[in-house]
Amino acid sequence: MFSVKNLDKTYPTGQHALKGCSLDIDNPQIVAIFGPSGAGKSTLIRCINRLVEPSSGEVFLDDLELTGLKGKDLHNARRQMGMIFQEYNLIERLTVMENVLSGRLGYVGFFNAMFRRFPQDAVDEAFSLLERVGLKGYHNQRADALSGGQRQRVGIVRALIQHPKILLVDEPTSGLDPKTAMIIMQLIKDLAIEKGIPAIINIHDVKLGQDYADRIIGMADGVIVFDGPPSKVTAETLTMIYGEEDWSKTIRKVEDEEE
Amino acid sequence: MTEIQPAIWKRFSKKQSLERYGIEFVLLLIFIWATQSVDIYWPFVTDAPAQAVDLLHRMTPPSVVFIKAIIPSMIETINIATLSTIFAVILSFPLAILNARNTTPHPIVQMVARVIIVTSRSVNELVWGLIFVVFFGPGVVAGVAALTMRSLGFMAKLVSESIEEIDHGQVEAMRATGANGAKVFIFGVLPQVMPIIIGTSIFRWDINIRQSSVIGLVGAGGIGILLTSSMNMFKWQNVSMILISIFVVVLAGEYVSATVRKKLT
Repeated sequence: MFSVKNLDKTYPTGQHALKGCSLDIDNPQIVAIFGPSGAGKSTLIRCINRLVEPSSGEVFLDDLELTGLKGKDLHNARRQMGMIFQEYNLIERLTVMENVLSGRLGYVGFFNAMFRRFPQDAVDEAFSLLERVGLKGYHNQRADALSGGQRQRVGIVRALIQHPKILLVDEPTSGLDPKTAMIIMQLIKDLAIEKGIPAIINIHDVKLGQDYADRIIGMADGVIVFDGPPSKVTAETLTMIYGEEDWSKTIRKVEDEEE
Repeated sequence: MTEIQPAIWKRFSKKQSLERYGIEFVLLLIFIWATQSVDIYWPFVTDAPAQAVDLLHRMTPPSVVFIKAIIPSMIETINIATLSTIFAVILSFPLAILNARNTTPHPIVQMVARVIIVTSRSVNELVWGLIFVVFFGPGVVAGVAALTMRSLGFMAKLVSESIEEIDHGQVEAMRATGANGAKVFIFGVLPQVMPIIIGTSIFRWDINIRQSSVIGLVGAGGIGILLTSSMNMFKWQNVSMILISIFVVVLAGEYVSATVRKKLT
């Protein structure tokens, strides 16, 4: 249903961020991408929806090849990919409802967007999704009045209202406290399963990634160095991804679970 | 026991001090040269305090009845300021978009926008007034045109700078939804710069009230016309009344502007 083939990106500065990355996602699963800062995680998911132009390679969403798309075709393809951001990237001065409905911008005309005229079914869906993530009654609050966890919930709803075929998630929990981080990860996981879509999640927190993902991809220096289930992530794997360190306290203890 | 030497500290080295004295000496020379080269007729300078007192006598008391002539002229002045601000806001908005690094369609377009902005800003409103009085004849239209031209660049420059300083993450999020450029602009950019646009407009309106009381000096409408004619006729008590009313109106404008802008933030 989704595949990346030999994706390569060299920035104009000469930085070779992605070196021939390939991955296939055949069923709706949660894929966590591990890797140190600068490993190319952000570049990878931004090359998928073309917020960053890949230098070469191919990306397939179902049968549609994305890297060659231009103009309206590209916009229509982006509608099918929901993105959730590290710093939430909400429109701070607009209300929660406007932020949610901005997820439908790809579907409405310019003047309707300008005068905030969105179809009733989109508004209905917005209300029900807000209720689903625990933000019932918040629709007229301004985004800058919300807490970090609440903002990320709005970010999730904005991505889902696009009716995406895949979720691209860039460090969704890095600004959040540990408990909120878990709640947000659970929410993303539950909603992805509910909608039957895969999610690719860049994440720094190894423990969190292992707890919520079905599959782990490890990146180091622009290359995918590990691809497997969370149970296969060992101290050696983490050394391969992040470099030498005592990982015994970081990884989930297999023995603990067997007890 | 060894004796501890005090650490010697000086802000400037000998060479630096010499350089600084050199610069100060050159500045002194420039000052002397400037006072020598302008032709100062000293009797006029020494006579000035007496003249000032004399003028003050002729200006007092301000002619209160003259207010009847001042009010319609003052309303005209305020209207010139308001109209020119509205036109400038409308015209400067596309100019600001074309001039901002991150929203300009092409570097050449940006260059053209920049030239318009610099031209608008570098020509004084009195000069714009003189030019438009030739085009439109003396009166309100010339005044509105002059202040619009002058405000245009001011508004466009400040708004385009604020467009360049927006949070790019919000723009990225809107692009990710599949919105095209225009829709990305109204959701990702406009909400971020709106407070600046409104604040700058009000600030410019406040400036324009001050300017529109002056442009009448070149015949471009408003209270300035009344001021020139009163001065030409040596009606000093009328002049002082005009100056007082300009002062009051400018003060009121500044108050309104400050209050509204404080509410915005």
